[in-house]
Amino acid sequence: MWTWFHQLASPPTFYRFAESLAPWLFAAGVLLVGAGVYGGLFVAPPDYQQGDAFRIIYVHVPAAALSMSIYVAMALAAAVALIWRMKLAEVALVAAAPVGASFTALALVTGMLWGKPMWGAYWVWDVRLTLELLLLFQYLGVLGLNRAYADPRAGARASAWLALIGVVFVYINKKSVEWWNSLHQGSTLLSFEGMRNPKISGDMLWPLLVSLAGFYLFFGAVWLRRMQNEVLWRERNTRWAQERVAA
Amino acid sequence: MSRPGLTKRQKRMVAVAALVTGVSLAAALGVTAFRKNMMYFYTPSDLLSGTLPAGAALQLGGLVERGSLKHGEGLKIEFVMSDCKNAVPVRYDGVLPDLFREGQGVVATGHMEAGQVFVASTILAKHDENYMPPNVAKAVGNVDGKHSCAPFKSVTAPS
Repeated sequence: MWTWFHQLASPPTFYRFAESLAPWLFAAGVLLVGAGVYGGLFVAPPDYQQGDAFRIIYVHVPAAALSMSIYVAMALAAAVALIWRMKLAEVALVAAAPVGASFTALALVTGMLWGKPMWGAYWVWDVRLTLELLLLFQYLGVLGLNRAYADPRAGARASAWLALIGVVFVYINKKSVEWWNSLHQGSTLLSFEGMRNPKISGDMLWPLLVSLAGFYLFFGAVWLRRMQNEVLWRERNTRWAQERVAA
Repeated sequence: MSRPGLTKRQKRMVAVAALVTGVSLAAALGVTAFRKNMMYFYTPSDLLSGTLPAGAALQLGGLVERGSLKHGEGLKIEFVMSDCKNAVPVRYDGVLPDLFREGQGVVATGHMEAGQVFVASTILAKHDENYMPPNVAKAVGNVDGKHSCAPFKSVTAPS
């Protein structure tokens, strides 16, 4: 197990591993997102209160879930990069930030488009919305700090500290709708009460779960591809990388 | 930090743990201290407890009590906003969001007039986290009662 781990941490081995895995993740992700969105838009019944407007959840919920999950993954990579000085963890951190920022932006935009007709406002400064906007800036901060260094390893380490500092806000963001009054509704899927007594009916739930799985797999594929690029760039002076680019 | 016997890696581990614990602690303190400021709205119970400055502009959240909605001339409406413990009459003249209806959550921006009625300048709908098709909703009946007041937490009352 450990030897396999150590081998995987070597750039050429990781590159080959990602090369074989990414297309499968990508295909499965696109397929599931397609099935989930189709099920959500055409198969699921309209909501008793919101009518067809609720269908935004088949994009908004996965985007928002990923915006927080990616940050946690990034912070874990940051801890590994800082403690074990593992190059691949630095690469994982740097590669995840722009993707996380994109999903955060998607969650914000879809939420605003839904908020105007349903709530009556595109934007309000409640804790959930404010922290989600902060999350976008956190991603951009990690990215910016990383780019501010000429040496990629120094840049990755600096942004790793920043990523670690910010992870507490993701937890507060997740819990904010339970702890305080907010305009944003509470969690439908991840609540103890919801486990016993589902808050969403089954024919609306399955497309959401399929779409969620698809978004996560799609993110996995994009993350691996970005990591491959970062590895190639960092190793551009080595023989294997030059052979890989020439091939 | 420079205790003998710790390897460099262990020191970095301590540094990472210390940073995360420190930031979490600071955040926990800040969040507890500013609890009231983190609330997006007050509830009718807060308003009637008398701890808020009289006539201050604020946001008030609660359920539109069933059977209380009255339409006046044009866009004028009156209804009673309740958090299952206390209720406040609300007056409003303006456009309502699609989700506004009796039994649903709303957040109104405005002020108390003469300690009698809350005059709102904006009304937003607050949706809950339940999703179901219309036929299921009909079969379940009105999921009214304490549960639907859960998203409206009192700021002044000890939780």
